[in-house]
Amino acid sequence: MLKRAHYWALGIVTVLTLLLLNLPPAAAGRLKLAVSGVFLPLFGLAGSSQSFVDRASYSLLTRRTLISEMERLQQENAQLRLAATQAQDAMNENARLRAMLGWQPKVAWKRRPVHVVGRDPTTWWRSVTIDFGARDGAAVNQPVITNDGLVGRIRTVGPTHSEVALIGDPECGVSAIVAETRDNGVIQEARSSAVGDGYVTFRTLQNSPTMMAGHHVLSSGLGGIFPKGIPVGQIADARTVEGGLYTEARLRLSANLNRLEEVWVLVP
Amino acid sequence: MNWITPLLLFVVTWLAVFASTQFAPLTGWLGVPLAFVPGVIVYAALTHHLLLTTGLCIFAGLGVDALSANRLGVSVVPMFLAGFIIHNRRHLILRDQAYAQFWLGLATAVFVPLATLTMMSFGQREPLRGWSTVWQLTLSGGLNGALCPAWFLLFDALRRTFDYQPVAESSFRPDRQIKRGRF
Repeated sequence: MLKRAHYWALGIVTVLTLLLLNLPPAAAGRLKLAVSGVFLPLFGLAGSSQSFVDRASYSLLTRRTLISEMERLQQENAQLRLAATQAQDAMNENARLRAMLGWQPKVAWKRRPVHVVGRDPTTWWRSVTIDFGARDGAAVNQPVITNDGLVGRIRTVGPTHSEVALIGDPECGVSAIVAETRDNGVIQEARSSAVGDGYVTFRTLQNSPTMMAGHHVLSSGLGGIFPKGIPVGQIADARTVEGGLYTEARLRLSANLNRLEEVWVLVP
Repeated sequence: MNWITPLLLFVVTWLAVFASTQFAPLTGWLGVPLAFVPGVIVYAALTHHLLLTTGLCIFAGLGVDALSANRLGVSVVPMFLAGFIIHNRRHLILRDQAYAQFWLGLATAVFVPLATLTMMSFGQREPLRGWSTVWQLTLSGGLNGALCPAWFLLFDALRRTFDYQPVAESSFRPDRQIKRGRF
């Protein structure tokens, strides 16, 4: 037998749910940002405590470790300077040749370092939250990468935080190309909901019998979101599907999506 | 009951929703986020008024949706249904027994994501699911089942600390007092 309180509770939840699920997408997005604002103090607290722990761990390092690390970094820095000079020469030459041919100049992307401050609490989406919002210059669809490779794209932007849809999420399709065979294809949503396996499905636009395990897959630049040439992953195995029309491959992602702590956002 | 216990329940829910977005290395290794909210709902449904449980489910559901890629409001109904059913059957449940708390925590942790997935399958965006979902539900259910008695211990301790204590009955009756004196 239902009491008066039961009817009240049922009524409140029904009305609220119907109202929220029928909101226009823009209003729902704004309301979602407002609700997530309730958790901002906790994100700030978690970030501060993380940096405190990091600083405390630095003080435990021995002088010998620091000196050897500094020497290693100095050597690496010298090598990188040399590589950067060579790359700059190549870029200048590329720009001159493009100008001679009358091609459009390439857009130079700036890399902004950001922290991953949270993961999706559900198991059916692949997304993370970063501490990079509209006031820092974030915009929807900006690519997110690590030093290892492509991570995803910014899906929603808040004032101080943004949500990133990771590769394998239904809202993060990537147009990609096999570096060795130049076969074009699309990285589809993951078959499994677990981020932990590190694999996604890559399907070429036509049958590609030469594609095989170990080949590298890069972003193709088609689609207008991700710049060309970002490493995405390595083919683990490939098979022909739909009567030989397409080739489908299991792709092992270059970036470890489970261990994302610092990432780069590419800002034009 | 005073207002401190419900307030603490909301504060713990706030922390529990946030905590489910953290602990990346552990959740990456397990392959499932640590959902702490179902155990709190079980406790609230068994020990508090229905309207407070409803408020808590709305707060937790909106929080989970705001921090995830879910459509806002989609988690509210599954959480409320879990709380509503437990609250309605609370007179049949041995709420002080750890095994009852374990099974309630497990059932709620499995029911809420399943109901949310079912609701979302009617929407425009198809969520990711597969055989790994079964593993995730099993693990999440087990974790919440194990955690539920711990929530009961914590909240009962908080309740004992902050709530009004029952007045102890004294056997002394003034009308039965033997008055001694000269007369």
